[in-house]
Amino acid sequence: MQFQQQPAQQADSLDLMVNMGPQHPSTHGVFRLVIWIDGERIVRAEPHIGYLHRGSEKLCEGEQYGQIITLFDRLDYVSNLNCELAFCLTVEKLMGLEVPDRASCIRVVLCELNRIASHMLFYGVFGLDAGAMTPILYGFRERERVQSLFERVTGARMMHNYIRVGGVKEDLPSDFAERLGELTALLRAGIDECDELLTNNELFLSRTKGVGAIGGSEGVDYGLSGPSLRAAGVAEDVRVSEPYSIYDRFDYGIPVGTYGDCFDRYYVRMEEMRQSLRIVDQAMEQMEPGPVSAKVRRIARPPKGEAYLRTESPRGDFGVYLVSDGSDKPYRVKVRAPSFANLQALQRLLRGAYVADAVVILGSIDIVLGEVDR
Amino acid sequence: MALSSLLPEVYSDLDIEIGAALDEVVVTVRPSDVSAACRIAKDDPRLAFDYLRCLSVVDYVDRLEVVYHLFSLGRLHRLVIKAAAPPDSPRVPSVVSVWKGADWFEREAHDLFGVVFEGHPNPAPLLLYEGFEGHPGLKSFPFHEYDEW
Amino acid sequence: MSPVEALYYGLAALGLMAFLSVMVLALTWGERKALARIQMRMGPMRVGLHGTLQPVADVMKLVLKEDILPSWADRRIYWAAPLAVFVPAFLVWVTIPVSRDVVIRNMDVGLFYVVAITALSVLGLVMAGWGSANKYAILGGLRAAGQLISYEVPFIMAALAVAMLSQSLDLTEIVDGQAVFANALVQPLGLFLFFTAGLAELGRTPFDIHHAESEVVGGPFVEYSGAHWAVFFLAEYVNTFTIAALTVLLFFGGWRWPDVPFDGGVHTALSVLWFMVKTYAVILVIFWVRGTYPRLRIDQLMAFGWKLLVPLSFANIVLTGVVLFYGWPLWTLTVLSLGLLGGAFYLISILPGRGPSRMTVAVRPARDLRTRAAGSSASGVDSR
Repeated sequence: MQFQQQPAQQADSLDLMVNMGPQHPSTHGVFRLVIWIDGERIVRAEPHIGYLHRGSEKLCEGEQYGQIITLFDRLDYVSNLNCELAFCLTVEKLMGLEVPDRASCIRVVLCELNRIASHMLFYGVFGLDAGAMTPILYGFRERERVQSLFERVTGARMMHNYIRVGGVKEDLPSDFAERLGELTALLRAGIDECDELLTNNELFLSRTKGVGAIGGSEGVDYGLSGPSLRAAGVAEDVRVSEPYSIYDRFDYGIPVGTYGDCFDRYYVRMEEMRQSLRIVDQAMEQMEPGPVSAKVRRIARPPKGEAYLRTESPRGDFGVYLVSDGSDKPYRVKVRAPSFANLQALQRLLRGAYVADAVVILGSIDIVLGEVDR
Repeated sequence: MALSSLLPEVYSDLDIEIGAALDEVVVTVRPSDVSAACRIAKDDPRLAFDYLRCLSVVDYVDRLEVVYHLFSLGRLHRLVIKAAAPPDSPRVPSVVSVWKGADWFEREAHDLFGVVFEGHPNPAPLLLYEGFEGHPGLKSFPFHEYDEW
Repeated sequence: MSPVEALYYGLAALGLMAFLSVMVLALTWGERKALARIQMRMGPMRVGLHGTLQPVADVMKLVLKEDILPSWADRRIYWAAPLAVFVPAFLVWVTIPVSRDVVIRNMDVGLFYVVAITALSVLGLVMAGWGSANKYAILGGLRAAGQLISYEVPFIMAALAVAMLSQSLDLTEIVDGQAVFANALVQPLGLFLFFTAGLAELGRTPFDIHHAESEVVGGPFVEYSGAHWAVFFLAEYVNTFTIAALTVLLFFGGWRWPDVPFDGGVHTALSVLWFMVKTYAVILVIFWVRGTYPRLRIDQLMAFGWKLLVPLSFANIVLTGVVLFYGWPLWTLTVLSLGLLGGAFYLISILPGRGPSRMTVAVRPARDLRTRAAGSSASGVDSR
């Protein structure tokens, strides 16, 4: 049997090149990771992306502002509402639009629930990456509960198109508070159950502790954000450092890790789900009856200019750079996707890891290829 | 804002222009000065922009504007650095040596807009496949005439 | 060999094949149902009552599927590999007694034979890995080789300690030696070693690194499809059944402990049933482990084998030898065995990085960070 000839400059090397992806079960989509291994140790790793590049940014230039929201749904397809929110907030910032309080509360409630749903997906997939089979079913059970509520509110389980420029599409259904009460009670118990299933498992700890560790300042240098950065000990959360929407009103906690290893990244997310529930409760308390949308023209025409706004999506710092020429279509939309930046650190994180670690590390930074490739 | 009064002093060596866009302070520099300006923005303790929020390119047809959105985690202030490159041969020094996180942003900008980042350690295509012709981010890219297969 | 004998062995082989195939089908169904129960879902429900015919449908699908031969594959090795795994898995059962008289051929070195034959199947996995001309398969095959050979040592040692207790390698005699109390009571340490090493021999969670689908995508089996893959699958489940049966024979008194009542045919039938109940109980534990644990990494797997299981298995033999040599009552062995097991786990638990200090994530109130934002002087990046 022969193996494919390696390039000339590596002819003296006995490292085995292994292609993980784009059709590998644990690359979370169509991500391709090429690793050179010496036995079971990774010598070199090279990530390749772009298999899901749909030119979303360019497509935005041809659509009206209201139509773009559906494109943003499809960026981070695990936390759609957070992407919608980021875009709508940016347009509102550019237009200087004041959003009614009720609309903001609705947005916050749904976005935080969306964060829980997204982290639950992470939880399940991370367990699967580590070789445990059960977490994904527990995680999906919780995620499904959140999505049924979304379906009730927005009419869709995933591609909601619910948050609009100036507010939200329509008011909440009349039984929302009741359903949400049931959901949060179930989620609280569900999160604890998931936590118990995996967190204190000795094998899980040995697989994640000290694996793929990165320091705080190095993480910042790589542009890490969100849970991946907080796990490295940096208490940075866009909701606090650059508050958007009405996030400055709530009292909640920011989980911060110590070593920036896979376990910290995992547990920061578990804790974040609990904090999200706190935000949901507070936002529900603050929600007053009122309009759910500002008075805006059907076709938004922001003034000429540019705006940059970043939000804390479940994966980290989700930024939107919007340049308007005064027409009904944006001149340029640039999305700063958190997964894109986080994925850059992969090469550094994989240094000296085992093949089995590669999968766990990749899982722990929780990428969504939809927003990496855009 | 304290930042805008600080900037002329910090950037006394460079030819800059200070403006504003909504709530952001915008510093426009010459394309060749980008790397120096970013280096100062990161290393000067009064600025301490340790975090690159975003690196984008905007095609204004007459110029390609490279935009660096910066943020300081310690001081919690924001800055935008802009450089307008000529559209026929856009060349900007790479800032990968300043922020490692700029790596893929620059590769993406090169793919989509053809901006050459001088001194980039690995300027291989990122989002597009090897051998793709043209730069689809540009306004001039012929999308409707473009035949993929 | 007389014609009668030849006929007997021929029929026995066929019967064994049928018996094991049925067992495998039952196991696949049982595994899916047991896992579903752990994971709060229903498992197969559509084909037959509660999905009982699902395994039949699976087999039909597998047999009818196209058998794919990768163009770069080493053809002979690729096709021979499933047989090399399959044959030893079945050969073992020649001497495994299901009850005193229900055995194809009882050997006085039965245990030795079983241990020797089970070690053969690793060859098939390495062949499959090499023959597939696939890098995942190579990795998986080599992982399998490393893993199975390492865990062979504690596996054999634990079996040896049992043989010392019963003073015999004959499996029937080993079972007879446990008529009063099972070896599990005398050698809890031995049971732990045998079962753990057995799991590793099977390559089941948490030791399933050689076909870890999230890493090497099925390892040696990645290129196989259709009937050839089914053969691997069959062998894997037969092996699971074998290990469970051996655990019951060596540690839980086989069809004895306690003896089933009646005489003659009824006794035999009940014995077989009793043996099966025990075996399935052990298999259920294997499934339970699968539903609970993540996978070990290869270095952790090797460390666990060589640094924990191998020394413990030697200690187990020494303890058994000492107790037998001085003629101490057997309960002393129980106490010593439990003490050693508990001591080993205590030592592991006080290793650095264990215990309560392992929670490294702290929740900081957002309002504290907001005051930092307002003061805007403190460093956001902690010095650690």
